[in-house]
Amino acid sequence: MSSLTIFKRELKSYFAQPTAYAIIVIFLLLSLGMTFSFGEFMTVGDASLEYSFFYWHPWLYMLLAPAIAMKLWADEQRNGTIELLGTFPVSTWSAIVGKFLAAATVSLVALALTFPIVITVNYLGDPDNGIILAGYIGSFLVCCTFIAITMLVSACTRDQVVCLIVSVFLCTTMVLSGYDPLSRELAKATSPATVEAVVSLGVLNHFTTLSRGLFRLQDFVWFASFIGICLLGTSTILSAKRA
Amino acid sequence: MIEVAKLSKHFGSKLAVDELSFTVEKGEVLGFLGPNGAGKSTTMRMVTGFLPPSAGDAKICGISITENPFEAKTKIGYLPESAPLYNDMTVIGFLKFCAAIRGLVGPEKNEAVEKAIETCFLESVAHQSIETLSKGYRHRTCLAQSLLHDPEVLILDEPTDGLDPNQKFEIRQLIKRLGETKAILFSTHILEEVEAACTRAVIVDRGKIVADGTPAELIAQAPNGSLTELFRKVTTTDTAA
Repeated sequence: MSSLTIFKRELKSYFAQPTAYAIIVIFLLLSLGMTFSFGEFMTVGDASLEYSFFYWHPWLYMLLAPAIAMKLWADEQRNGTIELLGTFPVSTWSAIVGKFLAAATVSLVALALTFPIVITVNYLGDPDNGIILAGYIGSFLVCCTFIAITMLVSACTRDQVVCLIVSVFLCTTMVLSGYDPLSRELAKATSPATVEAVVSLGVLNHFTTLSRGLFRLQDFVWFASFIGICLLGTSTILSAKRA
Repeated sequence: MIEVAKLSKHFGSKLAVDELSFTVEKGEVLGFLGPNGAGKSTTMRMVTGFLPPSAGDAKICGISITENPFEAKTKIGYLPESAPLYNDMTVIGFLKFCAAIRGLVGPEKNEAVEKAIETCFLESVAHQSIETLSKGYRHRTCLAQSLLHDPEVLILDEPTDGLDPNQKFEIRQLIKRLGETKAILFSTHILEEVEAACTRAVIVDRGKIVADGTPAELIAQAPNGSLTELFRKVTTTDTAA
């Protein structure tokens, strides 16, 4: 119940200010821009959207997800409203869940607004819409993971800029650790086991299988546990800060 | 109503509050005096359940804030020191959010919000964005938030700080009026406020109570019959400490 109240407040706050609009518009411009330029959507003639469209999402989220979530706790600590929240009869956990869901909803709106591309491929070709749906689920999960990481960082600082820079760095690392050209370089320097460990820590590995339409339980477990750990960490940091 | 028993708080090696004990009964307004850094705000943050105490406990209407914080917090209305607010909301939006989080719904919620707006004279700014409010209105908006659920215990951290003399007068009258039916703990370093609004006052210095009594008793203890002199006598200055 209190999670819902906090969720509503946060969501309103996103849309009462230019934040959500700016992020959504930039996401749409970049994701569709990438599709038609580097993704070579028109020339490749592939209707699955996997390479032309979804491929770019983690690269966009590593910049945009921190922008969505950076204010969640940093702002609360800077304005002192955390003191209000801390003396209301609500648990820290329900505040965390409410805030996380609000940020996730903003990204869901952005993702949902890319629907014209789905209509386009269905008009031009005969794609497997199940695979496209899997791509959307994977893309949303990647964004949620990055939001959770940013939320954790946001609990540590009252400065949004610090939060943004640190989160972008962490999310970039998460993307790069599964990036093929880098893994190949890494393979030359270290053992295959190390490379495998680094790749499996990254987000691309889990995202790519999903965007190919492969539903593997291990990927869902990975996303869920990663998000869960970040949210638990947020709760721990917030409690530790008061002690 | 408020029973504080041997409450202590350490920040690292620094002792901010040192085994503080006091009680506030229903119908009592306790003024919490002391120099800056005496531990007033820290004590209030512990009593309201924001900071966990290093030792000791506070009971609100018999409910322990450390053992049963959720239940105890429902009994408290709290105005934090700098009157923090969500700047992106309107006054009425903010109050509705606070009422909802306090578990009020439907007509009950609207009624509580209307009443708080009326009590704190916020009618003229109710639909204004909080960002554009003057300091006096911000303070009163935050005070309104603390009254929404008609709490039995009110804890106000410097409720008159930054207000003009008219607003100070109104807030003092309000505290006095509310004090007839509630237990109120409020901190200030304006000594005239003690005589104007309190039924009892304690002076805190470096985390300890150094004077306790009704305003008349405290004045009787003072060297030349002024609270200021007593305050100067029992507390240490920044430079001496």
